[in-house]
Amino acid sequence: MPEQQTQERIVGIDLGTTNSLVAYMEGSQPVVIPGVDGSNLVPSIVALDIVDPASESGSRATVTVGNSARRALIENPERAIYSVKRLMGRGLEDVSDELKLFPFRLAEDIEPGEVLRIRLGDKTFTPSEISAYILRQLKRNAERYFGAPVTRAVITVPAYFNDAQRQATRDAGRMAGLDVLRLVNEPTAAALAYGLDRAKEGPQEGSTVAVYDLGGGTFDISVLKLNDGIFEVIATNGDTHLGGDDIDNLLLAVALDEIRNEHGVDLRQQPDAIQALRKAVIEAKITLSSEPVAKLDIELPGGDRYQREIPREVYEQVIKPVIDRTAGPCKQALADAGIKPDQIEELVLVGGSTRIPAVRALVDQLFELSKRGKQPHTELNPDEVVALGAAVQASILAGSSTTTEELLLLDVTPLSLGIEALGGVVARIIQRNSTIPASATEHFTTGVDGQTSVAIHVLQGERELATDCRSLARFDLKGIPPMPAGLPRIEVKFLIDANGILQVTAREQRSGTEAQIEVKPTYGLTDEQVETMILDSFDHAETDFEARQLIEARLEADTILAAVEKAPASPAWQLLGEEEKARIEAACAHLASVKSGDNLQIIRAATTALDQATRNFAEKMMEAAVSGAMRGKTMQTAGDNLGPEIRAPHPFAPPEFD
Amino acid sequence: MPTTSTTSAPAACWACGAALTSSALLCPDCGKVQPASAADYFQVFGLERRLGLEVAALEREFHRLSRRLHPDRFARATPEEQQWSLANTALLNDAYRALRDPLQRTEYLLKLEGLQIGEEHAGKGKSADRQPPADLLEEVFELNMQLEEMRMNQKMGENDPALQSDLSAARSRFEALLAEVDSDLAAKGAEWDESVIQGDAATREKAANAMAALLDRRRYLRNLVRDVNEVLSTATT
Repeated sequence: MPEQQTQERIVGIDLGTTNSLVAYMEGSQPVVIPGVDGSNLVPSIVALDIVDPASESGSRATVTVGNSARRALIENPERAIYSVKRLMGRGLEDVSDELKLFPFRLAEDIEPGEVLRIRLGDKTFTPSEISAYILRQLKRNAERYFGAPVTRAVITVPAYFNDAQRQATRDAGRMAGLDVLRLVNEPTAAALAYGLDRAKEGPQEGSTVAVYDLGGGTFDISVLKLNDGIFEVIATNGDTHLGGDDIDNLLLAVALDEIRNEHGVDLRQQPDAIQALRKAVIEAKITLSSEPVAKLDIELPGGDRYQREIPREVYEQVIKPVIDRTAGPCKQALADAGIKPDQIEELVLVGGSTRIPAVRALVDQLFELSKRGKQPHTELNPDEVVALGAAVQASILAGSSTTTEELLLLDVTPLSLGIEALGGVVARIIQRNSTIPASATEHFTTGVDGQTSVAIHVLQGERELATDCRSLARFDLKGIPPMPAGLPRIEVKFLIDANGILQVTAREQRSGTEAQIEVKPTYGLTDEQVETMILDSFDHAETDFEARQLIEARLEADTILAAVEKAPASPAWQLLGEEEKARIEAACAHLASVKSGDNLQIIRAATTALDQATRNFAEKMMEAAVSGAMRGKTMQTAGDNLGPEIRAPHPFAPPEFD
Repeated sequence: MPTTSTTSAPAACWACGAALTSSALLCPDCGKVQPASAADYFQVFGLERRLGLEVAALEREFHRLSRRLHPDRFARATPEEQQWSLANTALLNDAYRALRDPLQRTEYLLKLEGLQIGEEHAGKGKSADRQPPADLLEEVFELNMQLEEMRMNQKMGENDPALQSDLSAARSRFEALLAEVDSDLAAKGAEWDESVIQGDAATREKAANAMAALLDRRRYLRNLVRDVNEVLSTATT
């Protein structure tokens, strides 16, 4: 490996349910890298582009990621997906509840035990592939920012993610052309980001900290001890399917019911209208974090209006069951840590959903904060703190900063590991909350003379019966030399690595032969499958990095220019003032004149300028799309004059090329 | 039977050639991680096989070793060193987890000494756990009858306050026995430690056997108390 490769920056990525971010360590400070539109958050939305059959890209799938995919969610919901993190590492039988609440369209031919595939348009993708598109966008944002290739990353996962969910995340990284150096638990990453801040104020001896992390789709609680730069997790708990999404779904269900009862309109069969309504209830939810009341005012198909005032008390009553579900894991984590709530010296709030006053009230009560004259930590932006912590961990791994050289994270496995014993009961071999890496050695033998293989079933979970636990892998210890029953002594070593992922090795001790074992994950992709899903080999070619950057910048410019060219045909254009129109046209002309040049920086600056000039216009187009959907029409049927390919001028993802 | 932890085959550091014991996780000279160690948990911390130890000191040593061994410190090292760091850190973590808890420490020590300790696992060694200690045979028989009766009552939705208070009394009695076992274990542990220092093999073996029996008794009593708790907690709801 050439010298400059080892100097390459390692980025930290928060691959979130709702938003994703990429950050890195700038000197002694972690910072978030903004996207082309200047925003730090990339919405975790992926849309399959409508390909012009005449275009050069031909049959290859091209996708849009982030803010620009948001519009597709309303206009072409069957080509877009959000919250895919909920499907990571899951099987068909795990997701029936999700399917009722989320517009996930699965391929019809999935067998139980197979990796899920999601339909977007006429193509299907695994959850890891969808996540890979998001990761690749973040990778590109970072490369654009550094002007240099980025191939190594630390990615965060919910602390309560199981082995399959972690593997799916690591696979996604590989598909995006990233070497995933470490998976870090989100609450632990947040603690690192806060800890770094505090470390500057001098060493803190043995303080006990809890991190309450309620995000878009997952909930984690972690209890840590901070000791002279060592962040030691004592206990963790959570729910990988609990978050802001659940609140949105609840509000949406209430609104849909009311619309049906009061206006006799059933919107449940209209995906575009549901997405538009969903956008409206999310806005109401955000309003209710700061205002005592929020209003919904939506035009329905047929011209009626659904108008509703939601006072905060009513809202809090509705969402109470969701929020209360975080209490159980908190109590369990404290019990596992062997401490009482009042022994938590500091409490950190992470995740967008912790902005909800009712969540803060619950946390205050659970941890007896105000009673003890304490305030939760919210100094760092709850949307960004996890990514910042990932950047700190990246710096620890790189060993590149004196700020982080004294820091060390000791994390735990959230779930017990067991093997199925006689009668379908689970024999626990590694207890939950064991510091990782952790290992256990078990011995197996044969039950029949001459038996040459032994089947082993590995499980993860806290329940007594194998059927109630999560099946991790079934594998056969093969190649055992034929011997009388009970004589072979096969030593199997289970090792959970620092990413929380299981490795298994086996050895037959009597004959000394290394048993040939094949670990087949119960859910998950094989290495070969991952190989075929790698998004594009082009990302690996570092030699022509400069050339690629230039090509991508020109493509970005082309995309935004094409979109703006069609702008005057949009009804939203008429809403703009003359001055604004002139500004947009000037920015357009400038970009058109510089885009064929070889100066990357100038092209990018001009693209960003045009993007910013059209921000207001893009907003208005978005609103038009929402009300269009509410009238029961999609954008395509609503305005043929817009042309089939009109898109918001936010060219996050440049088109693909081979 | 091997009894002390200090006898390990000599070896040399792969990186600097310094003399090492084969159980070394790290080279004390150059600090390089060594191939996956076969050390036992006491050797990991450079301790003799004794039961009395200061947990705060163990934690300090755990942190000190973690700083040097953890895979995070080897992200830029060769794949081989990464694998060794992973294996040795797992060993360090396993050792710390077992040694910091007095009961697990005792169980581990006795296993190391070649004694059969009842398996913790479900599905394994269950029958051994179900063998009541001889001196408690009658009491346990009676308690099991009461538990059965109580479960029947609960099924029928009946309430028998007298039986409930009998069970509560039995629970207190068995909890007291449990505490007795714990203090006996501590005493035998001290005996063991003393005999290690004195090099008194006979006393050491006696202490080990006594502790193994106490651990079995403890496991039995704990399961009993758990059963009573289960029945009583459903009774109150």
